[in-house]
Amino acid sequence: MSVFVDRNTRVVVQGITGKQGSFHAGEMLAFGTNIVAGTSPTKAGTKFNDKVPVVSSLREAMQYEPNATMISVAAPYVKDAAFEAIDAGIKLLYILTEHVPFHDSMDIYHNAKRKGIVMLGPNGPGITGVASQCKIGIMPGKIFRKGNVAVASRSGTLTYEIVDAVTKSGRGESTVIGLGGDPVVGLNYIDVLQQFEKDPETEQIVLVGEIGGSNEELAAAYIKKHVKKKVVAYITGRSAPPGKRMGHAGAIIEKGVGTAESKIKAFNEAGVKVADYPINVPDLLE
Amino acid sequence: MNLYEYMGKDVFRKHGIPVPDGYVVEQESDIRPFQKPVVIKSQILLGGRGKSGGIKFAKSEQELKDGVKQLLGSKIRDLAVTKVLVEEMLDIKKEMYVSIALDRTSKSPILICSAEGGVEIESVDHDKIFTRIIDPLLGYSQFIGRDAVNFMKLDPEIGKQFISILAKLYEIFNQEDCELVEINPLMIVGNGKLVAADSKMVIDSDSLFRHREFEVIDPEKTPLELEANSKGYSFIELDGNIGVIANGAGLTMATLDALTLHKGKPRNFLDLGGTDNSETVAASFEFIMKAKPKSILVNIFGGITKCDTVANGIAMAKTRFDIRQPIVVRLSGIRDEEGRKILKDAGIDSFPSMMEAVERVVKITGGN
Repeated sequence: MSVFVDRNTRVVVQGITGKQGSFHAGEMLAFGTNIVAGTSPTKAGTKFNDKVPVVSSLREAMQYEPNATMISVAAPYVKDAAFEAIDAGIKLLYILTEHVPFHDSMDIYHNAKRKGIVMLGPNGPGITGVASQCKIGIMPGKIFRKGNVAVASRSGTLTYEIVDAVTKSGRGESTVIGLGGDPVVGLNYIDVLQQFEKDPETEQIVLVGEIGGSNEELAAAYIKKHVKKKVVAYITGRSAPPGKRMGHAGAIIEKGVGTAESKIKAFNEAGVKVADYPINVPDLLE
Repeated sequence: MNLYEYMGKDVFRKHGIPVPDGYVVEQESDIRPFQKPVVIKSQILLGGRGKSGGIKFAKSEQELKDGVKQLLGSKIRDLAVTKVLVEEMLDIKKEMYVSIALDRTSKSPILICSAEGGVEIESVDHDKIFTRIIDPLLGYSQFIGRDAVNFMKLDPEIGKQFISILAKLYEIFNQEDCELVEINPLMIVGNGKLVAADSKMVIDSDSLFRHREFEVIDPEKTPLELEANSKGYSFIELDGNIGVIANGAGLTMATLDALTLHKGKPRNFLDLGGTDNSETVAASFEFIMKAKPKSILVNIFGGITKCDTVANGIAMAKTRFDIRQPIVVRLSGIRDEEGRKILKDAGIDSFPSMMEAVERVVKITGGN
């Protein structure tokens, strides 16, 4: 079974009729994800793709017994949607939306944590449990093949690039998780490393990091102490000038903190090999 | 997004944190009659303004006029001074430091304070700095202030004022969506009162929809960056000669890294994001062309953004902007074969692998 999601994951999509929400819900269904309901303020009573019931609130959606949600509503409304999900007792909260104020993310995170809810994102590609055919999020379904490599990343497209390289090298993936590119996101590397270490499907782990913050350094320290499985990494942003936010709100070198050098050094000291290019990641795997 | 000192002080005033009497001057006619000695402070977003000549003192009407005249319109480390803040001169007894910032690791606010301020907090001895992570569900409460006051060994009257300022600072941090709110120095003045002599506020730019009053033009962005940002592209100018377009912030950064490792010099960072619209792709070339690169590299991993959509956009741009520079494209992922055919028909080189495309563009760009 994959980590965080499995065959019993029942997904509700908050905002299933929006442009993003409807496209990705369709892709998720095609991958095999069990979407049990969707919400829409204006299209309640209809069916999405002729089979998924659309209701007007999460309260109503609870009759279909979802245990996970994908939130795809505009940034100003994310906090309310997330609180609605936390209040309803959803166990896994994935926020697809970009540009969520981090104060809102902070409030969502601490309230979710208090209730033992897993929060993923905002501004990340979601999670794909390859063997359990459960994809929540926006990763292109075609790049995956079942295997023993778990991947955790702070970025989206770069994750696909690396997953694709892993697949093309003849290997495959167990669970792939996009943590999100914002300064405040639900899961850190350490949270997912704990799960990957326990997961019988996973034999090796790829961490994809980027400049900004100190999560990679903390992950390296954790790996040194607690992770026996093989871990390899790739870090992007080596050429980024200090003080410039490189697209992700979290990717910025401030006062020398969060540089690629510091992260690569920390990984090397923990015995984690770091690839020079995304395409070289598979060369470091078993 | 950084706020100017005067904007930060307006926020302080609104929330009841004492600030010096003062006013903003944008032109000489804004100068008010001289009453007492003043400080004239350039409103630029730089630390160490004093050392760079951005702060002047005036003890007479004439000195005030001269000071304003000298600063307005001048440039300090390349930043134009368009506003100055004229403030009463303070009778300084002691300078302290206090800030609340986001601690990314705990995903919580962190309080940092020290009885030693007026200098960069990094240069203060670690054992003289009080730090405390604040549980956002509990919020700020007086016990945190008492702990800080005990640590800083403030006398009771000062301590009382300090605790009151902390509560207001926390309110500002939350209500104004701050990444950082800092008072440095927080001054004890002659009459034993605390005054915020400077302000530094960094506002989360994603929160601007509820803080329209803070919308300022980021002086650290170039005109071309501002123009591209206003059209929805994440765009940063760099100093090389290879124009870069990619999809996703991580992949765009990885593209710049790969170019740099191959001794190529990127001219920019341009992230298309998750678009699947040929027009969005084509229009992005406007900013690349304005940056006048010697060559252009487009690196796409097709998922949501499909390769044929991108290829059509590139072909449209080539005609629309009459692009003569070589364009090298890497297409992989959803509908890459279709995309490569479209490009071939338009006479544009494309490769399935990022490495080949990077090597190729560096080779044809040559030296400087």
